[in-house]
Amino acid sequence: MSGIVLKAENIHKSYGGLSVLRGISFEVKRGETKVIIGPSGTGKSTLLRCINQLSPPDKGRVWLDGVEITDPKVDINKVRSSIGMVFQDFNLFAHLPVLDNVRIGLTKVKGMEKKEATDLAMEELQRVGLRDKASSYPAELSGGQQQRVSIARALAMNPKLILFDEPTSALDPELIGEVLNVMINLAKEGMTMLVVSHEMGFARSVANEIIFMEHGVIVEEGPPQQLFSNPKHKRTGEFLHKITELYGESEK
Amino acid sequence: MNFFELAWNILPALLKGTVVTLEITGVSISIGFILGILLALGRVYGNKFIYLLTTTYVEIIRGTPLLTQLFLLYFGLPSIGVMLSPLLAAVIGMGLNSGAYQAEYFRGAIQAVKSGQMIAARSVGMSKFKAVRYIILPQMLRIVIPSWSNELIYLVKYSSLAYMIQAPELMAEGRLIASRNFRTFEVFLVVAFIYLVIVLILSKVLDILEKQIRIPGLEMQAV
Repeated sequence: MSGIVLKAENIHKSYGGLSVLRGISFEVKRGETKVIIGPSGTGKSTLLRCINQLSPPDKGRVWLDGVEITDPKVDINKVRSSIGMVFQDFNLFAHLPVLDNVRIGLTKVKGMEKKEATDLAMEELQRVGLRDKASSYPAELSGGQQQRVSIARALAMNPKLILFDEPTSALDPELIGEVLNVMINLAKEGMTMLVVSHEMGFARSVANEIIFMEHGVIVEEGPPQQLFSNPKHKRTGEFLHKITELYGESEK
Repeated sequence: MNFFELAWNILPALLKGTVVTLEITGVSISIGFILGILLALGRVYGNKFIYLLTTTYVEIIRGTPLLTQLFLLYFGLPSIGVMLSPLLAAVIGMGLNSGAYQAEYFRGAIQAVKSGQMIAARSVGMSKFKAVRYIILPQMLRIVIPSWSNELIYLVKYSSLAYMIQAPELMAEGRLIASRNFRTFEVFLVVAFIYLVIVLILSKVLDILEKQIRIPGLEMQAV
């Protein structure tokens, strides 16, 4: 197996004549955290959904661990079970207690025994610090706790890669830290992550590379120091300046 | 014979009819439930063809009177060689009819389930079928209970139409008794009272059921 977990090549996507993605190519190496930034409406979320084929790209190819997953012959459900996804508004299963939210993919998708699945789910809840909330319903948790459960749900499937779609954007400012801390720990433990975020502090300190996207194309890509201190494109500098002003540089 | 003596005397015969009424209601609500879920899934998730098929069915059933449908089944079908017993015609007719109405309740409830639920289920790796089975339907069934309760209660009362195709249900028993003792007013007062009791009991049971399976965060989105 090569060191490249995810490879996207020339991804195009349009909705009703509106071209959202116009030829996106990039790679994510194993254990790497890549952060995608850019103005809203730039196609960042669409790009994530093109990767796990929730909305298949119109053109372009995606490889996961060297296997082309845009190939129509691929069992896409199986592929998705090995790509975690964390959403802006959590999307926990509203009718299930926390434990079942984390466990259901193991039992119903992977066909794991209930006992084994329970143990594993409890471990993942421990990992995000919510073991004591196992029997609560999502609506009984704070936004930050819900997002941590959704991270545990993704982790339980033992994914090759986790996609984060603005995981802290729907959170109250005081709850952002607990979610970012979980993500920082994941990055340290070597989880491969592709993160759409406006959290510049996180991007700066955790990301191996930052991708700056605008109008459906990648404007610039590189290590954080390079993009923050010495961007090649004027537009990158402008955006980073503006966003840092807006969101501050908090979080380590 | 005063009213209460009369009521006491005719009660056994009316209760016999009541059992038939409950049978007709029970079987047809069940047929309608299964049919309704299938139709609703077809209308929400089906391709163009299935959508058109299920929508046409719902529109035709809802656009024609239940009594006409029952007459077609019971008096009409024999002309093409299909003879149905009154009870069978009643449960088929009312089941097919209720299915169309239940489909609309279910469809509304499915659409009230947040769209992110399906997306999250698919991203965990569930097939569309599994996502519907484990994520969408359990939420839909909780959301739908208040409006679905109406359908059950309507059906108890509409089952009286089965009297028109000779099914020996509560109304038919009442009519039979009244034609013998000519105390029509009193007899149908008792009949009405029995319907009322059934409906009140069912409402209470559904109310309890709704509270039993209530889940925090889901009860707010009543359709």
